[in-house]
Amino acid sequence: MKLTGAEIFVECLKREGVKTIFALPGGVVLKIFDILHQQKDIQVILTRHEQGAGHMAEGYAKATGKAGVALVTSGPGMTNVVTALADAYMDSVPLVCFTGQVSTSLIGNDAFQEADNIGLSRPCTKYNFLVKDVNDLAVTIKEAFYVATTGRPGPVLVDIPKDVSMNKAEFKYPGSVSIRGYNPTYDGNKWQIKQAAEAITKAKKPVLYVGGGVIFSGASEELLELAELCQIPVDMTLMALGAFPGEHPLSMGMMGMHGTYWANMTVHYSDLVIAVGARFDDRVTGKVSEFCPHAKVIHIDIDPTSIRKNVNVDIPIVGDCKRVLRELNQILKATVNGEQKELRKPWWDQINEWRRAHPLAYEQDSQGPIKPQHLIKRLYELTKDRDPIVATDVGQHQMWTAQYFKLAKPRRWLTSGGLGTMGFGFPAAMGAQAAFPDQLVLCVAGDGSFQMNTQELATAVVNRLPVKVFIVNNRYHGMVRQWQDLFYEGRYASSYLDATPDFIKLADAYGAVGLRAAKVSEVDDVIKEALAVNKPVLVDVPVDQYENCYPMIPAGGCNHEMILADPPELKKKQAGVKVAGEDKDTVLTA
Amino acid sequence: MEHIISVIVENKFGVLSRVAGLFSGRGFNIESLSVAPTLDPSMSMMTIVTKGDDRIIEQIVKQLNKLIDVIKVVDLNESEFVARETVLIKVHTKPEDRAEALRITDIFRANVIDSTPTTYTLEATGDVHKIEAIINLLQPLGIKELARTGRVAIAREPIRPAAVQPKRVAKE
Repeated sequence: MKLTGAEIFVECLKREGVKTIFALPGGVVLKIFDILHQQKDIQVILTRHEQGAGHMAEGYAKATGKAGVALVTSGPGMTNVVTALADAYMDSVPLVCFTGQVSTSLIGNDAFQEADNIGLSRPCTKYNFLVKDVNDLAVTIKEAFYVATTGRPGPVLVDIPKDVSMNKAEFKYPGSVSIRGYNPTYDGNKWQIKQAAEAITKAKKPVLYVGGGVIFSGASEELLELAELCQIPVDMTLMALGAFPGEHPLSMGMMGMHGTYWANMTVHYSDLVIAVGARFDDRVTGKVSEFCPHAKVIHIDIDPTSIRKNVNVDIPIVGDCKRVLRELNQILKATVNGEQKELRKPWWDQINEWRRAHPLAYEQDSQGPIKPQHLIKRLYELTKDRDPIVATDVGQHQMWTAQYFKLAKPRRWLTSGGLGTMGFGFPAAMGAQAAFPDQLVLCVAGDGSFQMNTQELATAVVNRLPVKVFIVNNRYHGMVRQWQDLFYEGRYASSYLDATPDFIKLADAYGAVGLRAAKVSEVDDVIKEALAVNKPVLVDVPVDQYENCYPMIPAGGCNHEMILADPPELKKKQAGVKVAGEDKDTVLTA
Repeated sequence: MEHIISVIVENKFGVLSRVAGLFSGRGFNIESLSVAPTLDPSMSMMTIVTKGDDRIIEQIVKQLNKLIDVIKVVDLNESEFVARETVLIKVHTKPEDRAEALRITDIFRANVIDSTPTTYTLEATGDVHKIEAIINLLQPLGIKELARTGRVAIAREPIRPAAVQPKRVAKE
């Protein structure tokens, strides 16, 4: 029997096991929405903006490990989703994004709501397809899911012209596909793995530098085994949080620009850096020419282009992290003995010394303004037993959450790393909540970031996605303000957010629940109150406006040269600073 | 250093823009690029001449390999290769220059492929030095128009001692 393109689309999604899609209709995709409307297997979550749909699909994908699916219309629908595609591409999130396109006969004629979807998405997708013939639709969708979820995952765009969704074809879904130009390497080179094992056995000051690849390949168990077996400290990138238990004694926490003192010192003074599923991003390496200057580097990654892109590598291993680590562990189990522990005792003494010297710290005055760190620490302590999924936006609050939320398991951490997309957190949290309706999903947002996708409050309310959003409200683009403090002599150009809305009223207007903690003593209660509500909750927490996030490696600085606290002259400047519009009181009330 | 990279790609729309986009997006440069179908009409061969240090060339090769429409990438500089380029030159010829133009054509073993009372159009093939030399020599006569193909290249087959040469096996 022949099916229309729209019917084929829905059938393909069902065969791929898609349960939820995030979508916003428009003229050229109406036929597809019409068919989706007449079935019950796939839940369609209507978002209020296509960027929201993209980020929700990302949140869904990060939390489940399966491809997230978004469906949007041509022209502006597609251009609105570009940010999410670029974000997913940077952070290797498996995403299949379907876009509508004008009819094939109109392509190139500047038709209404036409955009060059393939051209626009080419630099921010792993691959993209324009389906010109309904007979190719099924195999294209199969290929799209295959490319998105295999190798180094990433976003794939499928552009479906209107006539392709209306025309009919015989439906046959291929069981598997193979693409001759696409053959990811999964098994590492045995000889190289042996070299790596040897280097690990001999190293006096080894460190594991793990990235998001460990989470994508599901290699957490193997990582834990390796670290414990050889007593190696584990530095995590922002993307890797949760890949290794945060409270484990071998965990060094996050490394990089706002990483812990000891994580950065460990990597700087190490004699062997074992990079696993990481890509030597500039936010991790700082001044790249002086990154781990004393170390030999082992680099395990599925993407050959990551290796030797930024730093020289002594032992490159292209392959899937899980498989390579498993093989590495097998060799090491036979060779490692008590000697290594003895050999590395001075190293651990040093690390513990670093830990003692500069712990993460802040001073919470019980009468003073709420410190953002205090909020996040309490949020962590009061929720950790419930194994929450935590999403963040981008900025100071993101770094504090990364520092204080010691996640125990992978796929609990939704954050925008590579692209640094403000507005990511809230929709991503909703995507994860859609996948796991019964799990506690938190979103730590900034007042600036949250306002970049506020409109999705409606989506959360209508679709009963009870995410708990905590707004770390300092009425600034806090990280921008911090850089202005440190590098622009305290001139707050366009970082002050005048007329921040009353978030309680905002939540109320959308039918969500709004709460506020005005004093330190209210923080615990407001967290408990929010957790008790089975609805989307927006918790406004006005915090110390001038708190800065430390440690900090200035951009282009060396990893061992961290700023650990506000320089003394800065404090004075903050006290005396006057900002245009700041003394006008805004709607925000405490 | 200059490298010639030979890339076998899927012969379908959009592939050229993926390759070109990769070079522009990552700040690699293209000195010349030529594309044409291979014996198998489903594939095309691109010959890309580019410049960069070892790390950049390594990245170019890896990034090209990462493109899903790219089937094979060979950095020809890793072994011996031969490279050729063709140029078509339309040169002004006043009556007193026509003999000189023909002499130059002769020296470079080029051909006259079109002629008018005031111009010759020449075709020359050779390595890049030869092409540049003929252009330099013709320039005083006045070059009206010029079209170069960009280089194409192919690896030299290694010369094996006769004894080691594989026997021919008849195939169906």
